Amino acid sequence: MLNIKVLGSGCAKCTKTAEIITAIANEKGICIALVKETNPEVIMDYKVMSTPAVVIDEKLVHWGSIPHRSMIESWLVG
Amino acid sequence: MLQIFSDLAGWLTFDLMGLEPNTKLADAIHFFIEDTTKIFALLLLMIYGIALVRASLNVERVRDYLAGKNRFVGYFMGSGFGAVTPFCSCSSIPVFLGFTSAGIPVGITMAFLITSPLINEVAVLLLVSLLGWQFTVIYVLVGMSVGMLAGAFLDSIRAERWLQSFAAKALEKGKAQASHSNSEGMISTSLTLAERHRVAKDETLGIFGRVWKWVIIGVGLGAALHGFVPDGWIEAHLGDGQWWSVPAVVIIGIPLYSNATGVIPVMESLITYGLPVGTTLAFCMSTVAASFPEFILLKQVMQWRLLAIVFAILLISFTLIGWIFNAIGPML
Repeated sequence: MLNIKVLGSGCAKCTKTAEIITAIANEKGICIALVKETNPEVIMDYKVMSTPAVVIDEKLVHWGSIPHRSMIESWLVG
Repeated sequence: MLQIFSDLAGWLTFDLMGLEPNTKLADAIHFFIEDTTKIFALLLLMIYGIALVRASLNVERVRDYLAGKNRFVGYFMGSGFGAVTPFCSCSSIPVFLGFTSAGIPVGITMAFLITSPLINEVAVLLLVSLLGWQFTVIYVLVGMSVGMLAGAFLDSIRAERWLQSFAAKALEKGKAQASHSNSEGMISTSLTLAERHRVAKDETLGIFGRVWKWVIIGVGLGAALHGFVPDGWIEAHLGDGQWWSVPAVVIIGIPLYSNATGVIPVMESLITYGLPVGTTLAFCMSTVAASFPEFILLKQVMQWRLLAIVFAILLISFTLIGWIFNAIGPML
């Protein structure tokens, strides 16, 4: 199971990012645990400045925009 | 070239809708159609063009550049980057903390954050096309000065005392580490043309998606002014730049929240109708930069006291700007 965190202060783009990741994971039948992290202190600890950002198993994989579908697929499968 | 938008509006208003020219309603509708189509077309073209050029500029690079800079260079560059760096206001907290934890002084960070909503490529573009380049130059200079002076002032009163404790700790840690390089190798280097196109396309759609409704609201208000406020009313009541009118519009601007894109079409109408330049600038800047929702966000990293100081600085500087430009406006 992949532990996924979506970092962001709760803006529309962050919500959207979480939705897309969940949808793609469901579609592929991949089991994930997704958390939306809004605490600025935690976001700072990941050294992220542009949200939304995505952390997978404690590794920062993306920041600054809603990720494209192909990127999400490669994180989930790869 | 911009004539086609006027022609289009004329055709729609007078031929298609069959309205009588020179009536209030026809004037208002003509103005609305001309300005929205013109602004939408310019926005799409220009945002894409600008995004293509600056695709590799982002807040991470700005942070690395500003870290360890001399204060005075810092205020200038902080404010300058605030004007040109694309960044969504929902990221202000992470940006604030990112700058802070890189050891950048609070004043430089605030110079960046204050200038950012006031000046951006969309605002500049609209100003040039609606109000001319002289006004645009003044607007940009004034906006940057507000950011720089506010930043310098905040550092001079040691504003970092009133950060929330975790942010203050991050600043201390950042300053201690500032001698080392703080780029973490996170930032990719140069982009290919295809990548730039993708960034630019995303950004164009993103910005357009965010601002189109503001354009409609702004132009709609402008149209209402055009069509329905009696000629000469504004000029007769506020045209002399009465001193109290400036603080009054600054206060009115606080609960009104708009971004620069929405307020500029309104400015155009106000100026055409004889509102003095200083009063108009003060109103516009207050609407754009002093808004409660954004300030409440900053509460996560600042104590109330600092928040109140920043807010007061903005209101005072907008009032001063209004008075100064009302005084020198007739000479411009």
